[in-house]
Amino acid sequence: MTRIFISQDAASIALGAHRIARKVAEIAAQRNIALDIVRTGSRGLFWLEPLVEVETPEGRSAYGPLQPDDVGRLFDAGFLTGGDHSLRIGRMEDVPYLARQQRLVFPRCGVVDPRSVSDYRAHGGFRGLERALACTAQEIVDTVKQSGLRGRGGAGFPTGIKWDTVLHAEADQKYIVCNADEGDSGTFADRMLMEGDPLVLIEGMVISALAVGATKGFIYIRSEYPHAFRTMNAAIDAATRAGYLGTSVMGSGRPFTLETRLGAGAYICGEETSLLESLEGKRGVVRAKPPLPAIEGLFGKPTVVNNVVSFASVPWILENGAKAYADYGMGRSRGTLPIQLAGNIKRGGLIETAFGVTLRELIEDFGGGTFTGRPVKAVQVGGPLGAYFPAHMLDLPMDYETFAAEKGLVGHGGIVVFDDSVDLSRQARFAFEFCAKESCGKCTPCRVGAVRGVEVMDRIIAGIEAEKNFEVLEDLCRLMTDASLCAMGGLTPVPVMSALTHFPDDFDRTGTLPAAAE
Amino acid sequence: MAENPQWDSARAREIVSAHAGRDGAALPILHALQDEFGFISEEAIPMVASALNLSRAEVHGIVTFYHDFRSKPAGRHVLKLCRAEACQSMGCATLSEEFLRREGLQWGETTQDGALTVEAVYCLGLCACAPAAHYDGEPVARLNHAILEALAREARQA
Repeated sequence: MTRIFISQDAASIALGAHRIARKVAEIAAQRNIALDIVRTGSRGLFWLEPLVEVETPEGRSAYGPLQPDDVGRLFDAGFLTGGDHSLRIGRMEDVPYLARQQRLVFPRCGVVDPRSVSDYRAHGGFRGLERALACTAQEIVDTVKQSGLRGRGGAGFPTGIKWDTVLHAEADQKYIVCNADEGDSGTFADRMLMEGDPLVLIEGMVISALAVGATKGFIYIRSEYPHAFRTMNAAIDAATRAGYLGTSVMGSGRPFTLETRLGAGAYICGEETSLLESLEGKRGVVRAKPPLPAIEGLFGKPTVVNNVVSFASVPWILENGAKAYADYGMGRSRGTLPIQLAGNIKRGGLIETAFGVTLRELIEDFGGGTFTGRPVKAVQVGGPLGAYFPAHMLDLPMDYETFAAEKGLVGHGGIVVFDDSVDLSRQARFAFEFCAKESCGKCTPCRVGAVRGVEVMDRIIAGIEAEKNFEVLEDLCRLMTDASLCAMGGLTPVPVMSALTHFPDDFDRTGTLPAAAE
Repeated sequence: MAENPQWDSARAREIVSAHAGRDGAALPILHALQDEFGFISEEAIPMVASALNLSRAEVHGIVTFYHDFRSKPAGRHVLKLCRAEACQSMGCATLSEEFLRREGLQWGETTQDGALTVEAVYCLGLCACAPAAHYDGEPVARLNHAILEALAREARQA
């Protein structure tokens, strides 16, 4: 029976994948053709979606982007045997956008049935876990340390050091918590992975549990991701049935169970201590650190809290060795980063590549410029707390230290492109507005500062007492940076100040340039 | 979207006790109540407080902290329009303002016929095909006026 692959990634569905799948099934039934339609995740080349891939002896042959009306014509063109058609792409692996990537975390995404353990295993899954089971806890931790892996959630803290702390903390119970509260605009790597290859996340979490001696794990998924939540639950059930989770992981006698929890629409719960409060059933209010979650985390026990991509990077590292991973990247940013190219971009999608790739390569070579065809004016990297950079800074390489030196952040690897219609004073105002809406309210600099920020920006935009208000703005930003309890208030000044520094003309309502621009 | 049943204390109590034994049970309970009834009644607060050995003030604090939980039912259909940066770069601000004006709504309000509630959301992870929305939980991408009009019509029909 011919196998056909159609993504059910949320973005693919949003672009019409369900309609295409229904149409394919309907026409196949009319023509008495037996088809096995496999619903996969997405490969992340969204401008080619909705997309179908057909299994042929020469590999999978792709067709897209499709409208429902195209499907009948595909059947007429003999697409089930790779027949020619104006929408025929050929092998996805040969599309330069994908061929130029280094997919260590995402090789199976869009290829396998995300709910199938056997599919996962057939595509190289669980080899890292097998290796981990043959190692001591310290050996696993050391491998992760030597790989140079840093937290992919945004903070970039070395994963191995965090694990080492939890390993050496004495406790009757330890936890593994996955932060899947991917709230940054312009990011979707976690969502794609949970929808397209959830078993790699499970495998990474099991390895982490073995490394630190934890027996219970939670995946905290934001409620804006209902599809990811369902797929993740199905994958946990499948992994449990197959003995990769439960009382004895792969017959090792080591227990590890995993549960998902749904967030409830609070951006702040992506901050790890707020997430832990939320998991405990409380308001998602940030905790003061110390104590670190690695010492006193969930329910007061030592806890590993890592992002989806951090955990999902670990199986490859265990399978191929720390050095193989560390061979990718630049400076102290080792390995690969799944970059998400988003916003006003012609070819948006997921680009997993070694650190060091420049914004220009990403936006121009991969992305093909703006969707609207107008010039790029600004890019925001790293979510709502990331800096806005102007078009003349696109040669910056993706690297934690380079971005920090330019007063920006790599964050979770999201890039939002804006064309020349954007007004950066509005974006600066929005940064405060968002912070005011999403602040947990615990510390004053964030709770009050964000509201004051909106007021000051309103006066600046209205051209009222510009010089005085710029002074207030800078003072406010300094205060929020220095005195906020967590990154929400502490980094909100980053988009604001970068907008002011790089786009002073957008703030100049009265003809007097702000001090920061001089 | 299926019509939610009326608030039913006995059923609510069953839901609360079904989840009360879970680790950090508050969010799972509140989600389950809202899934069942479409909102979280004031009556649920003492119920949850007693099941989890919390004060009513604490439960009220939890319910009101999270944007998802509603204290009164939404319309028959819910449209969540993304207002975050990636969607802004593709013109979501103008698009949603015009849509709200045509429908005579502010953010979070429901049309007078009870057909459609329009809410703001900040990122749905559909940022490579912005502007984006969820309509009754199903993702919609590359929004424009025509698509929004069609969704509003669809909401009124069913």
